[in-house]
Amino acid sequence: MNRTSRILVAVAALSLGALFVAPMWRVDLKAPQYPEGLGLRIWINQIQGATPNGLNSINGLNHYIGMKAIEPDQIAELRFMPYVVAGLMVSGLLVAVLGRRSLLYAYLGAFFAIALAGLYDFWRWEYDYGHNLDPTAAIRIQGMSYQPPLIGGKQLLNFHATSWPDVGGWAAVIAVGLVVVAAVLEWRAGRSASRSLPAAAARGLAGGMLV
Amino acid sequence: MSIRHRIRVTGTLIACAAAAAVVAASCGRSPSSQAAGGTADAAQRVYVPPGQYDEFYAFVSGGFSGNMPVYALPSGRLLRDIPVFSQYPEKAWGYSEQTKPMLMTSYGFIPWDDAHHPELSQTDGVPDGRWVFVNANNTPRIARISLKTFDTEEIIEIPNSAGNHSSPFVTQNTEYTVAGTRFSVPIPQQDVSISEYREKFAGMLSFIKVDSATGRMAIAFQILMPGFDYDLSHSGKGPSHGWSFFTSYNSEQAHTLLEKNASQHDKDFIAAINWKQAEQCVAGGKASTTPARYYHNVMGENQIATSEVLTSTKVLTPATCPDMVYYLPTPKSPHGVDVDPSGQFIAAGGKLASLIPVHSFAKMMKAIQNKAFEGEVSGIPVLKYDEIISCEVKDPGLGPLHTEFDDKGNGYTSMFLSSEVVKWRVSDCAVLDRIPTYYSLGHIMIPGGDSRKPWGKYLLAMNKITKDRYLPTGPELNQAAQLIDISGDKMKLLLDFPTIGEPHYAQGIPASLIKDNQVRTYDLAANGDPFGSKSEKDANVVRKGNRVDISMTAIRSHFMPDNIEGIQVGDSVYFHVTNLEQDWDVPHGFAVTGARNSELLVMPGQTRTIVWVPERVGVFPFYCTDFCSALHQEMQGYIRVSPKGGAPAIAFNAPK
Repeated sequence: MNRTSRILVAVAALSLGALFVAPMWRVDLKAPQYPEGLGLRIWINQIQGATPNGLNSINGLNHYIGMKAIEPDQIAELRFMPYVVAGLMVSGLLVAVLGRRSLLYAYLGAFFAIALAGLYDFWRWEYDYGHNLDPTAAIRIQGMSYQPPLIGGKQLLNFHATSWPDVGGWAAVIAVGLVVVAAVLEWRAGRSASRSLPAAAARGLAGGMLV
Repeated sequence: MSIRHRIRVTGTLIACAAAAAVVAASCGRSPSSQAAGGTADAAQRVYVPPGQYDEFYAFVSGGFSGNMPVYALPSGRLLRDIPVFSQYPEKAWGYSEQTKPMLMTSYGFIPWDDAHHPELSQTDGVPDGRWVFVNANNTPRIARISLKTFDTEEIIEIPNSAGNHSSPFVTQNTEYTVAGTRFSVPIPQQDVSISEYREKFAGMLSFIKVDSATGRMAIAFQILMPGFDYDLSHSGKGPSHGWSFFTSYNSEQAHTLLEKNASQHDKDFIAAINWKQAEQCVAGGKASTTPARYYHNVMGENQIATSEVLTSTKVLTPATCPDMVYYLPTPKSPHGVDVDPSGQFIAAGGKLASLIPVHSFAKMMKAIQNKAFEGEVSGIPVLKYDEIISCEVKDPGLGPLHTEFDDKGNGYTSMFLSSEVVKWRVSDCAVLDRIPTYYSLGHIMIPGGDSRKPWGKYLLAMNKITKDRYLPTGPELNQAAQLIDISGDKMKLLLDFPTIGEPHYAQGIPASLIKDNQVRTYDLAANGDPFGSKSEKDANVVRKGNRVDISMTAIRSHFMPDNIEGIQVGDSVYFHVTNLEQDWDVPHGFAVTGARNSELLVMPGQTRTIVWVPERVGVFPFYCTDFCSALHQEMQGYIRVSPKGGAPAIAFNAPK
């Protein structure tokens, strides 16, 4: 790996640190009687209300439609996700230090796999909360489920729900992007090298791409 | 007719809307009262669009309601009615176990009073938005209300006093709030002939220390004074900081038919109190510790009020503490005593005077230094009127009562008899403008108008007589208030609205100093009530003899437990209802059939307790009285009452 792609991977690994200081995902619920806002902030290790006691309020509202209470203590992912992210950071730095192209490709694959697994898990979690409803709930509407969108917006009874990455999530998206750029650079560099072009030219090309 | 004519002339939509209201209201009335203002732009000036906020909070005393309504200005919207001295069943104030101690006095539990003068706490002479104080006139007390919760947090009884009228005006940094007895009485109280008034009756002025961090009040010292009626007060500021001024009437010391007998002297007195001197006398051991019995009631952090009974005060006399009290001769039977924003001038509202005297603080100090005394009353030096007067407002109107100030060097005095506000210049006492009010104007309020920093945009006139101002409501009418624009040279009437109770004074403050400090919920995790519940798992019913404690939770949209059995006729059933909500503006109510005290209204995170003594066998419903949610009507339960001695064991539904 050349110096540029090493730096890219190192920066990507370090930027994942944002997940430890900022929420990964945000779900916002809008309704006229909540002018102060209502929503969830999903961190890698906790789920909080967007406002003080917001989680409590959401659970209070959800009980009308028979949704399970969101109890962060009961969600296993929140316990091991910090280790997964830390692992991604450490292994990313290792890739940058060792500088082996094959490790980079493996790292990219693992990163994608974990991100996709995370999104799938989040969707599955939303599906479960939105569909697995108490049959004796006060409000039961035939055919109605309350799964929030994975990404984007959706009307759920009197609430308009939106779901987007938060600061930590955007940092992770950028991190994936940087690793992809590094992998493309290395792949091109590898192909150029096999055509016996001077390595310096490849580096120049890579530098140009970055600029 | 002139108003109708003006509509046709101006012809703009807004002018029509504003003036049309005036025309409609004045329909069928005498032409004289049609003068009732309403300039073309008045509607625009007081219009606060839906969803937007007013510029000022106005704390307006409820008078005989005993409580304190809060209005928004300039719209005149009623925001809240804060329970203070009077029981308030809507919120169980004075009925719930947690609030009952707030209304305790040395006379026992007093369910009402006559609340007179709101006074905002000040820092450096400027309202700071922390607390508002208000006095109880009948059973002498001062209350402190938090402006974070708009709840009464503390009430202290004032001993050796009767009719706490000249109260609770604060000093420049809220070092003290003051109290003065309107009615002189035997001190200490004793069985004497009323005809011995001159010999046996005395007045008392009290200085109540306010803790700068917590607001907690404590009587620091009292000053024994001649037996006059001490009417109103204000404290000095800036150069006059360290002094407080109290008006007095009945220097004749009449004890019957005061209407005539207390109106004989051409001049009565303002008592000027050097409270810094008084502090030194107290520190120097000059005060005598005098037995007294009075209550001090505090709402704790845990939302439970407690009472403490105190047994003595420190009393100073003018004789034991020289240089502490001087009398300023002031015509005639003065009511208000008001210090201008510069702290240099002291205006008095001599009810029966044909002028408004304005004393100069600097001249007063010089007269004291030069011993320019015209005599003494009970050992108190009386300063020479001519030596202390700055100027007199000549022919201001009839019945001057009370003065507030703007930020441009002007005073505004209410005229009770001539029903008008008179604007005059403090520097030379020149009358600049006058505007009628409807009718019989008592007090007036300019936001910050008794402080070093008036926000001189509006003046609120609080009238004593309403008559034909609004749609009639039988013999009894609410009081009338008028909002007057004082931003220009000429005063303009903007708005006219009814007020509840009888406002005796008000305080105004920019909303920005208060609105962002509001508590929205009480932290459930910090709920310190011994019978509170932090979750439904804590719900419980426990019998001890004939007392049954029900720890009940309320959350949208159910109580837990909501089925209770095992109660007997004659039991004292304590419903301790905890609102588990932690969301803003989601109170729950609680009411049970045959409750002879009140309902409950419980704020999120709070516990409130009401006692119910069932007198009949049967099954009785209870329910939430605050429409809390879509399933509010389902928020109900039953409690079964069995004959005495014949009840099944206590049983209730609750998760364990």
